[in-house]
Amino acid sequence: MNTPLLSSRGLEAGYGASQVLFGLDFDIRPGEVVALMGRNGMGKSTTIKTLVGGLRPRRGEILFDGQPIHAARADHIARLGVAIVPEGRQCFPNLSVREHLVAFADRRNGAAEPWTLDRLYALFPRLAERADHMGNQLSGGEQQMLAIARALSTNPRLLILDEATEGLAPVIRDEIWRCLALLKAQGQTTLVVDKYVEKLLLLADRNLILERGRIVWQGSSAELDVQRELWSRYLGV
Amino acid sequence: MNRPASDSSRVAATTGAAAVAEHPHQPFAVRFPGFARRLPWLVLAILALFPLLAPTFGLEYYVGFVRRLLIVAIAASSLNFILGYGGMAALGHAGFIGVGAYTVVALVEAGFSSAWLAWGGALVVAGLSAALIGAVSLRTRGVYFIMITLAFAQMLYYLAVSLRTYGGDDGYGLYTPLEMGVWLDGVHPDVFYWVVLVIAALVFACFSRVAHSRYGHALRGIRDNETRMVALGYPVYRLKLAGFIAAGAVAGLAGGLLASHNAFVSPAMMHWTQSALLLVMVMLGGLGRRWGAPLGVALWLVLEETLKMHTDYWHWPLGVLLLLAVFHAPQGLAALSERREGGR
Repeated sequence: MNTPLLSSRGLEAGYGASQVLFGLDFDIRPGEVVALMGRNGMGKSTTIKTLVGGLRPRRGEILFDGQPIHAARADHIARLGVAIVPEGRQCFPNLSVREHLVAFADRRNGAAEPWTLDRLYALFPRLAERADHMGNQLSGGEQQMLAIARALSTNPRLLILDEATEGLAPVIRDEIWRCLALLKAQGQTTLVVDKYVEKLLLLADRNLILERGRIVWQGSSAELDVQRELWSRYLGV
Repeated sequence: MNRPASDSSRVAATTGAAAVAEHPHQPFAVRFPGFARRLPWLVLAILALFPLLAPTFGLEYYVGFVRRLLIVAIAASSLNFILGYGGMAALGHAGFIGVGAYTVVALVEAGFSSAWLAWGGALVVAGLSAALIGAVSLRTRGVYFIMITLAFAQMLYYLAVSLRTYGGDDGYGLYTPLEMGVWLDGVHPDVFYWVVLVIAALVFACFSRVAHSRYGHALRGIRDNETRMVALGYPVYRLKLAGFIAAGAVAGLAGGLLASHNAFVSPAMMHWTQSALLLVMVMLGGLGRRWGAPLGVALWLVLEETLKMHTDYWHWPLGVLLLLAVFHAPQGLAALSERREGGR
């Protein structure tokens, strides 16, 4: 198996007196799509926050392409090639769609085929139609597309999506899943957090289940598909 | 000076008349895109010709008034750049104006007479001051940033008061005009006016260009969501500091020009009330809008000048007119005529 792009070893993190993560060990290999699952409050968002430098781990280490990044600043981690599509989209209200996509498109991160404005518009034609609209003049679905396109414009080596389909109409959700499948086909390494287990199984190569800050199960989508007792026990499905 | 027309404005250009009919409440620049693009050039031409035409209409006095207006607009533009685009609510901008003015005084006192050296020195010294002040202030946010910039400006104010060599509280008179060079001095009595006009035009053009560059987009992103910008890989502190230094340097240049304009420098020009006045002018014109700063400065100074001619209690009607402006143009004057471009 090839070298992991991202490795977490004994990762522990928390807020103040409360510890949230208890020794997470997992790898994400290049080209792989990994789904991080678990019920609300199990530590998914804290894991992501820790990976992208938003929260300093208490113990353990995170290696990105062999480099330790657990003590690095968030902007440094982003420049190494980790991009996040945050929960709640967080588009900039005073930047137009086009400005969102050109302002951040300066890093190639060794991408053979970097994301250009044209490629992003081809992936999300709706954004091309809304190119001159400001970030706060878009529908929720369009904002989500913009958040994904903004992350892609940095040519990330690892794309992290935190609840990318939350609160969207079914037709828009399908559009997002279609795009994620397309990105997977293009070899985009992705860590995805979402509550739609069936969709995640279709997309992900491997799945991690978090329960009270610990990884209680990890395996392929085929394995998870047949172990339905895990769904009810850990995912509330 | 103008950035290339966007697709929407080109479309609007071809359908301008139809747009007026269909959308009578659309912004001026969308309804008349061709005229809106040319308007800055028209204003520039009128301003350039003003000293030549003023004697014909008996308006010689107003050449100096417009010159002062242009200098204050330079300072206001620099504040608009960091406040309107970068979200840095600095309440000590007049401090940099004062640093620039006192740099001119120091150079004159040291025996230098070149205007270019004095103004260049004002720009550099104010930029260095902004680097030092910004390096500390930008580690804070929100109300703490306002307070710390105010504190630094007041420190500069009291430093100027204590400088007995440069007149202390009484100020310092620049009795001999600075020399702009043999090829400019003596060409026309109002040559300084045109020099200020060219500098102001360059400053507006530069800020406008930068505000719509990728750096400008990043600044607006920082204003909207600093945490997100960090997560996108931007060295937010360095970007803000760069903007703060640029704004401080330009304010210092305005201070240097103001010293030459008034032929007098005093600590009063860097008092915190001057910083607050600049803020009001920028907000009146339109925060984060290309023409916000000059429009705000023009409205304030023209009203002040006009009302002073009629009453000693000019603050009262000025206050009422400003209240009207706030209620009818809460986004600033520029929002009434300018297509929304990165403003709030």
